[in-house]
Amino acid sequence: MLKIKNLHAKIGDKEILKGINLTIKAGEVHAIMGPNGSGKTTLSSVIAGREDYKVTEGSISLYGDDLLDLAPEDRAHKGVFMSFQYPVAIPGVTVTNFIKTAINAKRKVEGKDDMPAAELLKMIREKAKLIGIDRSFLSRSLNDGFSGGEKKRNEIFQMAMLEPKMAILDETDSGLDIDALKTVANGVNKLRSKDNAVIVITHYQRLLDYIVPDFVHVLSDGKIVKTGGKELALELEAKGYEWVK
Amino acid sequence: MKDKLIASFMAFENKGSVQTDTEFHKIRATAMQQFEKIGFPTKEIEDWKYTSLKKLWNNDYSLFPQLPKHEIQLSEVDTYFLKGIDSYKIVFVDGVYSPFLSETTHDGMEICLLSAAINKLKYKIIMEHFFNKAASKSDGLTVLNTAFTSEGAFIHIPKNTVLQKPIQIIYFTTECEKDVLLQPRNLIIVDENSQVQIVERHQSLSNKNVLNNTVTEIFANKRAHIDYYKIQNDTKNASLIDSTFIEQKDQSVVSVNTFSFGGDITRNTLSFYQKGEHVSSILNGITMLDGTQHVDNQTNVFHQQPNCESHELYKGIYDEQSTGVFNGKVFVEQIAQKTDAFQQNDNILLTDKASINAKPQLEIFADDVACSHGCTIGQLDENALFYMRQRGIPEKEAKALLLYAFTNEVVDKIRIPVLKTLITKIISHKLGVELGIDL
Ligand SMILES: Nc1ncnc2c1ncn2[C@@H]1O[C@H](COP(=O)(O)OP(=O)(O)O)[C@@H](O)[C@H]1O
Ligand SMILES: [Mg+2]
Repeated sequence: MLKIKNLHAKIGDKEILKGINLTIKAGEVHAIMGPNGSGKTTLSSVIAGREDYKVTEGSISLYGDDLLDLAPEDRAHKGVFMSFQYPVAIPGVTVTNFIKTAINAKRKVEGKDDMPAAELLKMIREKAKLIGIDRSFLSRSLNDGFSGGEKKRNEIFQMAMLEPKMAILDETDSGLDIDALKTVANGVNKLRSKDNAVIVITHYQRLLDYIVPDFVHVLSDGKIVKTGGKELALELEAKGYEWVK
Repeated sequence: MKDKLIASFMAFENKGSVQTDTEFHKIRATAMQQFEKIGFPTKEIEDWKYTSLKKLWNNDYSLFPQLPKHEIQLSEVDTYFLKGIDSYKIVFVDGVYSPFLSETTHDGMEICLLSAAINKLKYKIIMEHFFNKAASKSDGLTVLNTAFTSEGAFIHIPKNTVLQKPIQIIYFTTECEKDVLLQPRNLIIVDENSQVQIVERHQSLSNKNVLNNTVTEIFANKRAHIDYYKIQNDTKNASLIDSTFIEQKDQSVVSVNTFSFGGDITRNTLSFYQKGEHVSSILNGITMLDGTQHVDNQTNVFHQQPNCESHELYKGIYDEQSTGVFNGKVFVEQIAQKTDAFQQNDNILLTDKASINAKPQLEIFADDVACSHGCTIGQLDENALFYMRQRGIPEKEAKALLLYAFTNEVVDKIRIPVLKTLITKIISHKLGVELGIDL
């Protein structure tokens, strides 16, 4: 489904990704772990199409289609979703209106009419319940004054609404207490199917107790230095990142 | 241009339509003498540093437009009215009152013409009491307007009257053979406990240059409540100089909301005088420009009594080579203890050719006050843009939504729902998208 080959990327003059290779099949969960500054957010952002990063070498394809020439919105329409490590506040736009705009933008590209209001509301209610978010939350300005945990839940709520094929969760666990972590993980698990795939980026092994990965990759200084099964996460936790460097 | 104006003032006086021995005449004659002395404002004057009117004076303005060649049809101008609600309308075409397009009243209140107030004996006392009492005597363009005062809206709401429908004041220009200078003059008096909403608009239907030099005086008596909305969405060869003076008595609440979208050069001078205690003055503005448009917002709040507040929020979006000025003055006199003054001016520049000169100016002579001001100038938030695009919202829509959200705080304060819809429509039209959202 997603194929990343020899990916090099830089910001300004600084090379951050130094030859990433990664193949993800439908139905799989991949965890990417690594110390701060190793390039995890950069990798997610490059997949999602952030224009500040310049890809100097390599390729990314989704179902065989080249992603690198596509605008971020076009990638989103193809099913790429990135849960932000630092979700952005947009004062003046409510959660509901934002998600409505996003859903209808995708439908427009697919040649469909706007989602009928009743259907949208029903879906919002269902997904909000699934992620454990309060209804009052939906009429607040997007991420504006949200706590860390609220922001992360809101990201997963949007993921649930948009039903992406390739979801990348960038440190969704940071800032969550254990109960919130379980709800979020539970939400992600419910969204998993044989047709979609998830990349879970995390610092800690903790989240992987709840979202169990098929593969664990260790990213260090812009390269994947080790790949293994879910037991690699435990080993890393025990031995620290120094062990793989 | 100055000489032409002076010469035509003589002609105007000699027309005989105006009695020359009245108090009103004296005010005008004095104003003309003032204008001869002061002339047009130039960039040497501090408050005019960033706005030059020079190019306007090269236009060969006709000062007394001919009566419109053809009777204007409602279908031609329908789009400029607020729709779907009942309203009073005071409409002028080329400076002349249009009974056909208007809906005025004398029934228990006066929603009518300044010319009537000038000429009829029964308004003599009120005119002597209010006319030109708030307007500046030292601003060249205001005194010019005073000298040429002949027509405009006259509104007098007696006490304990809550108007159930808003008042629309609209000035159309149709003259197509010559450039036109119009000088409308509005006088609005709202007595104790009364409430009114007013929407003012200037609209050119001409392809020639049009300049409106407008002066409005507003008097809010005790506990009066006035919401005033200015829709400035004129054509690219229409310019506007708007000077509005407001006097407020105890516990009155007055808001002036200025929406500047169109026009060539627009200068808004807004002066609030707080003459009573527990007065609230509210100033809101949205400016959204492109091309070579220029808008200059000068706001003055004179805190002259204790326990009053002022709340000011102006947002500006500048595209292409457009330019803006925001000069927000707040004066707190020594007697005005417990003043609560808030001012915020936020701007987004969409290109590096666009510019804004923003200057908050607080002069505080009282010690027990709460005054705050803030000013920001920035670009569109790239992080927010990427975030929205990541969720599938196309770049153009994402930008529009961000800019709309930026103005939303001000739009939200509009208390006439159809006007709120209209302003939202104008904004989305300017942004080039259909904002199918109820934010
Ligand atoms: N906008 C930027 N400008 C300059 N350097 C950046 C920028 N974003 C990230 N970096 C650098 O790139 C490296 C990788 O960052 P990042 O991808 O955020 O790492 P991680 O998510 O693994 O903590 C870090 O050294 C960081 O300082
Ligand atoms: Mg990161």
